[in-house]
Amino acid sequence: MLKDHAKLMQAILVSGEIVGRKKLQKMIYIAKKIDFPFHDRFQFHFYGPYSEELTTRVEELCNMGFLNEVKEKKGGYYQYRYTLTDAGKEFLSLNEVDMPCLDDCLVDMNEQNARFLELVSTVLYFDNLPKDEVANKVFTLKSSQRYTEEEIDEAYRYIEALKGKVVQQA
Amino acid sequence: MVYSVEKLSEEKVFKDPVHRYVHVQDKVIWDLVGTKEFQRLRRIKQLGTTFLTFHGAEHSRFNHSLGVYEIVRRIIDDVFEGRPEWNDDDRLLTLCAALLHDLGHGPFSHAFERVFDFDHEDFTRAIILGDTEVNKVLTQVSPDFPAKVAEVIAKTSEKKLVVSLISSQIDADRMDYLQRDAYFTGVSYGQFDMERILRVMRPREDQVVIKKSGMHAVEDYIMSRYQMYWQVYFHPVSRSAEVILTKILHRAKDLYKNNYSFKYEPTHFISLFCEQVKLEDYLKLDEAVIMYYFQIWQDETDPIISDLCHRFVNRNLFKYAEFDPAKEYKKLAQLTTLFLQAGIDPEYYLVVDSSSDLPYDFYRPGEEEERLPIHLLMKNGELRELSRESEIVDAISGKRRTDHKLYYPADFLADDSNAADIKQQIRALLD
Repeated sequence: MLKDHAKLMQAILVSGEIVGRKKLQKMIYIAKKIDFPFHDRFQFHFYGPYSEELTTRVEELCNMGFLNEVKEKKGGYYQYRYTLTDAGKEFLSLNEVDMPCLDDCLVDMNEQNARFLELVSTVLYFDNLPKDEVANKVFTLKSSQRYTEEEIDEAYRYIEALKGKVVQQA
Repeated sequence: MVYSVEKLSEEKVFKDPVHRYVHVQDKVIWDLVGTKEFQRLRRIKQLGTTFLTFHGAEHSRFNHSLGVYEIVRRIIDDVFEGRPEWNDDDRLLTLCAALLHDLGHGPFSHAFERVFDFDHEDFTRAIILGDTEVNKVLTQVSPDFPAKVAEVIAKTSEKKLVVSLISSQIDADRMDYLQRDAYFTGVSYGQFDMERILRVMRPREDQVVIKKSGMHAVEDYIMSRYQMYWQVYFHPVSRSAEVILTKILHRAKDLYKNNYSFKYEPTHFISLFCEQVKLEDYLKLDEAVIMYYFQIWQDETDPIISDLCHRFVNRNLFKYAEFDPAKEYKKLAQLTTLFLQAGIDPEYYLVVDSSSDLPYDFYRPGEEEERLPIHLLMKNGELRELSRESEIVDAISGKRRTDHKLYYPADFLADDSNAADIKQQIRALLD
């Protein structure tokens, strides 16, 4: 019951605080792509992989009082911060989630900025394509972000490092 | 004549209850409609289990696909043609993507995808790029044309304006299904002035925008979407049928994995059970096939699959109670224990269904770059996000509304011929 909710709560708990909806979306997508059992469906949207299911699940957790959402103005736009509430922690203690190795990966991702995670998630979205075609996709679909080839290389290195963490601890 | 611009000798029309007529002049479109993969969509209902609540909702993905094509055709031919931001070379690509956008949907897609862990969009791509009649038609346009169509549908094409016509927060897909679903369910909520919206749509480099003067028509569309969401798509009885359908599939899969001997070999399901579905297997699935299995599984010796299929086929659905997970999750744990004690497997008969389990959404104003919002084109050329200009849209998009229901078999619980004390406790908790 509510297993998918519990997994998301666990992800936020181990991350401490996640700043930004975009960041949260990309973290869960990347975790899913490196084989953590998140079942939210993602599609490619204007700003990269996005899951409406995940957005609704976050809303549900906020409405339940398990997740604390703080809206703050940052420059010309709003940004949201997410932490688990005490009620959320209590729920999670009664509905344990077993996802070994998740903590390290999420803590690491949470230290990256949303722009980089957007690039990493885009690279993972096209993981069926060779690297030069992925780079082309990034340059055409994400032209406004002006990613460089070095950043794309870094995204590939980062993905391997994350996968390494999973293998190491498995 | 070059196939991509070849016209039919006479325009063909399909009578359509929503758009009156669907007009086809392009030979490519006519040929695509005739392919077996597109004709298969006649055998897949647009609204899945909703017909068990709204008996008129028997319309198919075939109807809807033609409708989306027709809306896009009207936008391109009647509104965009000749405008500098629109490239008329993209006309055929856009029409083909509109027509084929749902090609990979299977029977009762949502439940199947959840249980067997696949995405129908992967099958849309596989049909367009694979050894199919659709692929043969598209390849005649040019060898790289199938890939271009697949990319638009997958939203990974660099032609963002084309993508936004078919998939955005005010796209042809939604405009068709809202009106069509309203028509066939018989509700009055899905109405809005589409003609007006089409007239005020303007192409921009990355997306379709709406002239400010059309804001009120768009407000009406957003309200329709909101009301259809709660009144039709989220209807608790349809969700009950969806819960039972999902549990049938789970049970069949579990039985197969545990070497249960089915009375009749579930041939069409084997590749699904093994999660290795080939395109040729997938294309053989339609709702008639699935309903055949549900019919014969009523006679299986496994009491759970037999009962669940009996419920689905004969519309003996689960009852529901409002459920507040925050306040009642401990009660849920209690109920789970009591169900086990009463000999009713809670895995199949005690189900929480949440709004996040459903494949429909509200309008989102695109804060933090989640989804591209609807933009209004102001007189000075500036773009403004819709909810910043419209109080009505701001009011409904600023409020989170989520919902959870607890589904259970009331008839089992009312039967006191066994475990009467425990069932009484369960009923008391559910009341």
